[in-house]
Amino acid sequence: MDTLAPLVLLLPLAGFLVNALAGRVLPRRIVGLVGAGSVGLAFVASVAILVQVIGGHRLDQTYFTWWQTVDFNVPFNLYVDPVSTLMILVITGVGFLIHVYSIGYMAEDAGFARFFAYMNLFVFSMLLLVLSGNFVWLIIGWAGVGLSSYLLIGFWYQRPTAVLAARKAFVMNTIGDVGMVFAAFLVFLNLRVLDYNSVFSRIHQLPKGGTIITAICLLLLVGAVAKSAQLPLHTWLPDAMEGPTPVSALIHAATMVTAGVYLVARMHQLYDWAPAAATTVAIVGGVTAFFAATIGTSQVDIKRILAYSTMSQIGYMFLAVGIGAYTAGMFHFMTHAFFKALLFLAAGNVIHAFHDDQDIRHMGNLRAGLPITFWTFLIGTLSISGFPLFAGFFSKDEIIRAALSAAGSEFWLGVLALITAGLTAYYMFRLFFIAFGWEWLSRDERHLHEALPIQTIPVVILAAGAVVAGYIPVANFLQPVFGHAVEVGTGAFIGLAALSVLVALTGFLLAYLLHARRPELALQWRTRIAPLHALVEHKYYVDELYDLVFVRPGFALARFLNTIVEPRVIDGLVNGVASFFVVEAREFRLLQTGRVRSYGFVMLLGALGTVFLVVLFLGYLPVRLGG
Amino acid sequence: MPVPAYTFLMLSGVLFTMGAIGFLVRRNPLVVFMCIELMLNAVNLAFAAESRYLNSLDGVVFAFLVITVAAAEVVVGIAIIVQVYRAGRQMDVDELDLMKE
Repeated sequence: MDTLAPLVLLLPLAGFLVNALAGRVLPRRIVGLVGAGSVGLAFVASVAILVQVIGGHRLDQTYFTWWQTVDFNVPFNLYVDPVSTLMILVITGVGFLIHVYSIGYMAEDAGFARFFAYMNLFVFSMLLLVLSGNFVWLIIGWAGVGLSSYLLIGFWYQRPTAVLAARKAFVMNTIGDVGMVFAAFLVFLNLRVLDYNSVFSRIHQLPKGGTIITAICLLLLVGAVAKSAQLPLHTWLPDAMEGPTPVSALIHAATMVTAGVYLVARMHQLYDWAPAAATTVAIVGGVTAFFAATIGTSQVDIKRILAYSTMSQIGYMFLAVGIGAYTAGMFHFMTHAFFKALLFLAAGNVIHAFHDDQDIRHMGNLRAGLPITFWTFLIGTLSISGFPLFAGFFSKDEIIRAALSAAGSEFWLGVLALITAGLTAYYMFRLFFIAFGWEWLSRDERHLHEALPIQTIPVVILAAGAVVAGYIPVANFLQPVFGHAVEVGTGAFIGLAALSVLVALTGFLLAYLLHARRPELALQWRTRIAPLHALVEHKYYVDELYDLVFVRPGFALARFLNTIVEPRVIDGLVNGVASFFVVEAREFRLLQTGRVRSYGFVMLLGALGTVFLVVLFLGYLPVRLGG
Repeated sequence: MPVPAYTFLMLSGVLFTMGAIGFLVRRNPLVVFMCIELMLNAVNLAFAAESRYLNSLDGVVFAFLVITVAAAEVVVGIAIIVQVYRAGRQMDVDELDLMKE
């Protein structure tokens, strides 16, 4: 295993180097083969690691020491346990399918090689993030995924909106990076080590629930919130949909945005030791889940709806890891990776069919035109809505059950999660009924073309995953790390499952009534609750608020510095000094007569003056006069 | 009978004064140049004498430094004078005032 783990890392890195350096001259077939193949081989290696991890093996191997001083060492060590194994399997597995899909989706794009280079760079950074065994390399991977996310959001750099979105994402992620770095500082200052094993074994030296451990966990949470687009650092994710759709599927749905969940799960010893911080995680997650779901009910851009649904689902995962149901959180991460990647890739096929129009109101007739995409999208919708026997049902149910069986404030978060489940079913089926055109099916004249097999086959595989992933015994697999999950009685189990199914069904029926049966009712309701609808449609004006509070004052300050401070104060100082010398030199230049003899005379006077001063101060001439 | 130190210093002072006066009153560049050499060597004489009477080599080392610098200075100075002469300018230091303001 000590060679397999670096292999998993190095394969995408090699793919990145090949495509970045030689991508321009290689034929597209080779570029695609290298891009997808390197991730595919990494997946094979990950499966080999899985087999060994199931066999009870673990890895914490130091490959080299990056920095070494008297009391500060940064090793490069990889850490393989069930949690990181689950992560690398999803990253390389789902990542491979999305890479294959991209070969078809990006086939016409001029930046084909650049795209695969960035994607491989992302996969490498993400694997580094999850495999790293210490804080320094975690942060390097963390920043690396932020960078590749920035590059891929701004992939179509000719579009001003894409460039703006990329910049927004980068700035927001940097806020998180700063939190991470400060958390690492605090860890090192108090424990003097940075590798996970030592940190976890020494963490109990700190007082439980004390200021330091709480501060560390909250700073880590800042990083997690920024990366996972949770409140209040969520505004970059919907804008990130400017990137190509496979990017949205891989980075902004399946893997990178779940890094925050991984972080909390990886640091669960720390969060168990800081209950206040853990509760904060749960509150952030529960509120974000609800908040994003409400916005999702009013959007009309297919990718933005999916983006808000991603935020909402990650909110569920945060809620789970915040209340200590780490297994449930990781389980939902896995099922979510399947159905959300599926939804995005299917949406990509739809967007292609409608020539890059993303407005769901312009879509329709998809069952006849794009049958594979239609049925797979339906499976994804059923799965995310939590319909029984689909993957999303099992994982989401586990989170709601864990929250509802907790005491105090967490119980109310469970109730919120239950309401959110209904909202999820509503907005997903609203999207489905409007975009996939239930009522136009018979009379739409448009001729739509199903995507190429290279795009539909990955979608079909993901659809299979979205159905069966719920039956994978993730809880047993993760049990050595997190211990046993909270057990509830069979009666309560069935009761809660029935309750959540009922809620999801309500959402479904509401969507069916308002958007398939009687659309005029939806219009009536919209005018009746117009202020509320406007509030939700404008995403609670958070963007406008940030614009007012941060962006505008920032611009004003920059303008002030640019028009007042820079020309007056800075330039004034420099130019003032220069012009002082210019003016003064005009006087002194007159001394330059050009007459050598007068210069000589002055020098002689100076020499005599010096001798005179020496005699004056010493009282005698400092030479020996006598024999 | 040993020669007292002040005789050398007086000789040095006389030579230096001659050089300085020549530098100030003469206008032929070559003569001005020779006056500078006279002043430098007057100083060298003082260095060498004091070195002998103080039983220290410091003065001699200084004298050698002065000789070296003087040699370099002669090279540059003569070259300038020759160039001025070739340019057909009048050989008068007061007329050579291109560097004035």
